[in-house]
Amino acid sequence: MSDPAALRARAEGLAAALPPLLADAEHLAQAVLLGEHGRRRAGTGDEFWQYRPAHAGDGARMIDWRRSGRSDAHFVREREWQAAQSVLLWVDASASMGFSGAKSHPTKAERARVLALAISVLLTRGGERVGLAGTGLPARRGPLQLLRIAEALGGTDPAADYGAPEARSMPPHSRAVFLSDFLGDPAPVERALTEAADKGVKGAMLQILDPVEEAFPFDGRTIFESMGGSLRHETLKAGDLRGRYLDRLAMRKARLADLARATGWHFSTHHTGESAQGSLLWLFRALERVH
Amino acid sequence: MWTLGGIGFTAPALLWALLALPALWFLLRAVPPAPIRRRFPGVALLLGLTDDETQTDKTPWWLLLLRMLAVAALILGFAGPVLNPQERQPGQGPLLVFIDGTWADARDWPRRIDRVAALLDEAGRDGRPVAVVQATALPEAGLPLQSAEAWASRLAGLKPAAWLPDPAALSDWAGALEGGFDTFWMSGGLDYEGRRDLIARFEAAGTLRVFESPRPVLALRPAIFEDGAIRLTALRAGPGETSEITLAATGRDPAGVERVLARVPAGFEPGAAEVTADLVLPPELRNRISRFAIEGVRSAGAVSLTDDSLKRRRVALIAGRDDREGLQLLSPLFYLQKALDPTADLIDGALADIILASPDVIVLADVATLSAAEAEALQDWVERGGLLVRFAGPRLAASDISRDAEDPLMPVRLRAGGRTVGGAMSWGEPKALRPFAETSPFFGLTIPGDVQVTAQVMAQPDPQLAERAIAALADGTPLVTRKRLEDGQVVLFHVTANAEWSTLPLSGLFVQMLERLAVSTRPARPEVDELRGTTWVAETVLDGFGEAGEAGNLPGIPGERLAEARPAPDLPPGLYAGEDRRLALNVIGPETALTPTTWPARIPVEGLAVARETLLKGWVLTAALAILAADILASLWLSGRLRGQRSGAAAVLVLALMLPRGAEAQVDELALRATTEVVLAHVLTGDARVDEVARAGLWGLSQKLIQRTSIEPADPIAVNLETDELSFFPFLYWPVTANQPIPSPEAYARLNRYLRTGGMILFDTRDADVARFGGASPEGRRLQQLARPLDVPPLEPLPADHVLTRTFYLLQDFPGRHTSRDVWVEAAPADAEQAEGMPFRDLNDGVTPVVIGGNDWAAAWAVDAQGGAMFPVGRGYAGERQREIAYRFGVNLIMHVLTGNYKSDQVHVPALLDRLGQ
Repeated sequence: MSDPAALRARAEGLAAALPPLLADAEHLAQAVLLGEHGRRRAGTGDEFWQYRPAHAGDGARMIDWRRSGRSDAHFVREREWQAAQSVLLWVDASASMGFSGAKSHPTKAERARVLALAISVLLTRGGERVGLAGTGLPARRGPLQLLRIAEALGGTDPAADYGAPEARSMPPHSRAVFLSDFLGDPAPVERALTEAADKGVKGAMLQILDPVEEAFPFDGRTIFESMGGSLRHETLKAGDLRGRYLDRLAMRKARLADLARATGWHFSTHHTGESAQGSLLWLFRALERVH
Repeated sequence: MWTLGGIGFTAPALLWALLALPALWFLLRAVPPAPIRRRFPGVALLLGLTDDETQTDKTPWWLLLLRMLAVAALILGFAGPVLNPQERQPGQGPLLVFIDGTWADARDWPRRIDRVAALLDEAGRDGRPVAVVQATALPEAGLPLQSAEAWASRLAGLKPAAWLPDPAALSDWAGALEGGFDTFWMSGGLDYEGRRDLIARFEAAGTLRVFESPRPVLALRPAIFEDGAIRLTALRAGPGETSEITLAATGRDPAGVERVLARVPAGFEPGAAEVTADLVLPPELRNRISRFAIEGVRSAGAVSLTDDSLKRRRVALIAGRDDREGLQLLSPLFYLQKALDPTADLIDGALADIILASPDVIVLADVATLSAAEAEALQDWVERGGLLVRFAGPRLAASDISRDAEDPLMPVRLRAGGRTVGGAMSWGEPKALRPFAETSPFFGLTIPGDVQVTAQVMAQPDPQLAERAIAALADGTPLVTRKRLEDGQVVLFHVTANAEWSTLPLSGLFVQMLERLAVSTRPARPEVDELRGTTWVAETVLDGFGEAGEAGNLPGIPGERLAEARPAPDLPPGLYAGEDRRLALNVIGPETALTPTTWPARIPVEGLAVARETLLKGWVLTAALAILAADILASLWLSGRLRGQRSGAAAVLVLALMLPRGAEAQVDELALRATTEVVLAHVLTGDARVDEVARAGLWGLSQKLIQRTSIEPADPIAVNLETDELSFFPFLYWPVTANQPIPSPEAYARLNRYLRTGGMILFDTRDADVARFGGASPEGRRLQQLARPLDVPPLEPLPADHVLTRTFYLLQDFPGRHTSRDVWVEAAPADAEQAEGMPFRDLNDGVTPVVIGGNDWAAAWAVDAQGGAMFPVGRGYAGERQREIAYRFGVNLIMHVLTGNYKSDQVHVPALLDRLGQ
């Protein structure tokens, strides 16, 4: 890392990849107008807010002696009032998200990244702290955090066919957003949600699907392979499977919705063929409703 | 070869492979179509699903059938199928190929040679020696036996002859034949002398096979001139079905180029062997005809050359006095008319007019004096090759013409007065004629005893008199004198043209003498007696195909041979020139009859068009390939790869390629719509709004035209410059939009053709409210770009006296929705002058091909579906007046397009009426 050339190359790579993503996200976030947000004031919280001169009624315990010692007056150290919890995003980076049914719309992963970054932008503007689960990026706030998130979103994990959310790193009573196609094994999702519910974490699940996955427009003798190639299914008449596939998809959605309802989460489905705007709005409102 | 029906197989053993087809059935049906691999995240949901039907892994039966068909076709193809297989019986011993080789063979000679070549191939494979003998060109003796290959290389040199075989030579040749041989007789379909003996001789030597075309031989008899028409008779050998032929007369046109001058159709009745057709032609055309032919038949028999007998000379008769009307027999021209009428075209009239009609001969009967101008013209005409024949008479005798000095138009000087012999007041007997000298053109004519001369004009004795006299009386006084004058000649009969001075005009000798002088021509062919002793040289020779060629150095032919009219190797048909005339020797004479061949029933006769062996291998293999290609498509379709947008587009493309008829039908429909009635048309600009306004505008104008004028246009048509034919439309309205696409070069070619052939385009930039003519507006600039490749003449602003101002209404303004005066039309020629007494210039030619303006006329004319105006024009009453003027301009414009400069011509009406005396 100390090698300036390597550093520069990495920086340029970052600069090349991030701005479009960030720009897309900013663009998307522009559409959502923030209302009055009263959190930028002193209150109970962990973060430093300001020093103010002590006045009558302040307990001696509240005086910050280190600051007061540098001057003649007494100062009280105030912390920021943290009404919002931190929001932890989980974006599925598995191989299955790299699927796109047609050239006209982006891959699911791309859409998920844009949505994640857009909601991050919105939340950051709203003074929330945003983190990215699974990457060791704790919830922080500020524009720098956006850049960090954008950088972390660039990475994919093609090794796994289907991703599983991670609830371990969630601080209690925080918020969480899961973005995935939820086509893989539902057990890890269930586990993560239950764990989250145990920690008092609430949030939103957004299932991102390609229109092809909703329509199943296949026919004839076909071998279906998962994006990673680990799963394989051969059929002689793909057209005959359509009905049953759609049934299973509906069942999967229903199960996720049930799960969300049981744990106090929100669940919705987004299609890459549509505009990202609506789903962003839904996500934002879902997070708002939580608090 | 093993045959099945009409199909044989060269390798029938391969057909056993067809037995393997059922095995193939089981093999093929077990193999399902290859699967497609798809990446699909939803596969996790699919796991565990099974296919409903277990049968689907089998190939569908129709695909199986298709593949079986392909394999079967492959097997059949390699088994070598042959259509119409011919059982070849290898012959033995020498083979004689006997070709008639007459003109009757010429019509399908190449096919005959092909047939012989096929025969030679066959003989070559069997190793038989072959002799090819042509009946019209017999070998010296015996059979010229050679290998088939040697003959095959010589086949191309064989040509049909234009004559029939010589019977004597045939029987000599046939008598000298020895040994046994098979004969293949290529018959021309015409019977000729000695043929029956040949049949017997050939049958005695071996088997005889005959090939003969079933089509009857056609021939053309020499043309006969009868009752002012040329009668042509076509013959055919043997009666047949109804058939139509066309007879063509060929000759040089005035430019000297050989071409068909006239055609006449003729149809054979069923069962009829000949048909006649009459051809009536003006003499100028008739005299130029050099040959008649049956069109489409390439044979010497179908060609008939013409000689002098068809030519009719134009003879002008002029008499000196007309004061004795009513006494026909005494008229100086009566006997001339009688003598010349059957064989020449006679012209009457004044001398000056006659010379302009360029007659071949001018006869002056007792005309003494000519005006200086007439004499000069006449002399000029004679020097250019005319023949002037003069007859003496009282006037000539009394005049001083050619008395002291020789008149250019008289062959000799004349003594005053002439002489009278044998009359009541004179001595001596009437004089008879002395036999004609050898140098005389009349040499050989017999002189009847009753020809007597009682009076004549006398020639002055001159040094040239002896050579100029071509006929004399018994006492040696010249009776007919002749003088050459440059290319022409002047002949003087020293007697009158009537019977006053001599009995010569009453005798047959008179006619013969006129013939010899080539004043008239003889209709009939000369007899043998007349031709005896004469020698004729071929000028043009016909070959067997009827093609005329140069005669080259053929020796002269005695007249007797020519009179026999039987073409032979040393007397080919053609045109023969004698001393003063030409004779045509044709293959078919006036009496020739065509006799079709008859063959004894035991001899097999095959038509020329035998069913040829056709190898089907290529076709069957092609079919197999096509089936395999269909199989590929079917497999793709089955496996679902033939779906989706791209394949849809491909299918549309394939369908479009397979259905080209649809487009044609559309074109036809457009042509019908555009041509059954007068139709106004507008150019599609691509801007739907502009196009709609243009259509509505033309519709409104059409309604006004129907109401007010006799023009009743149908609904207007929108024209796509790229695809539609423009020539149907008299008028195109072209609204110019700023973003109109520039037409393709092909479209410009069509537009230019349209403009050159009388079409009119009204360009409307629709911007006169904001811009003047020129590049000031986007539309104006676009118009400049659009019109650059167009063939537009120089333009000028519409002048006040342009015919557009008065074709129907009298107009001086041409408003549309806008009222700009800037309307441009084709510029008048710079030298146009003011017509006398008229406010207009003399502008008579042409309809302006373009009218350019920007007044948005279509909008002013536009009428919506309810019949109301679509757009407001101006304000109030003035606006309505402007719309009315706009309509009037439209009416004027269409009138101008349809009637051209008619109204311009009206300028001359007063002058015409004045000239008519009204």
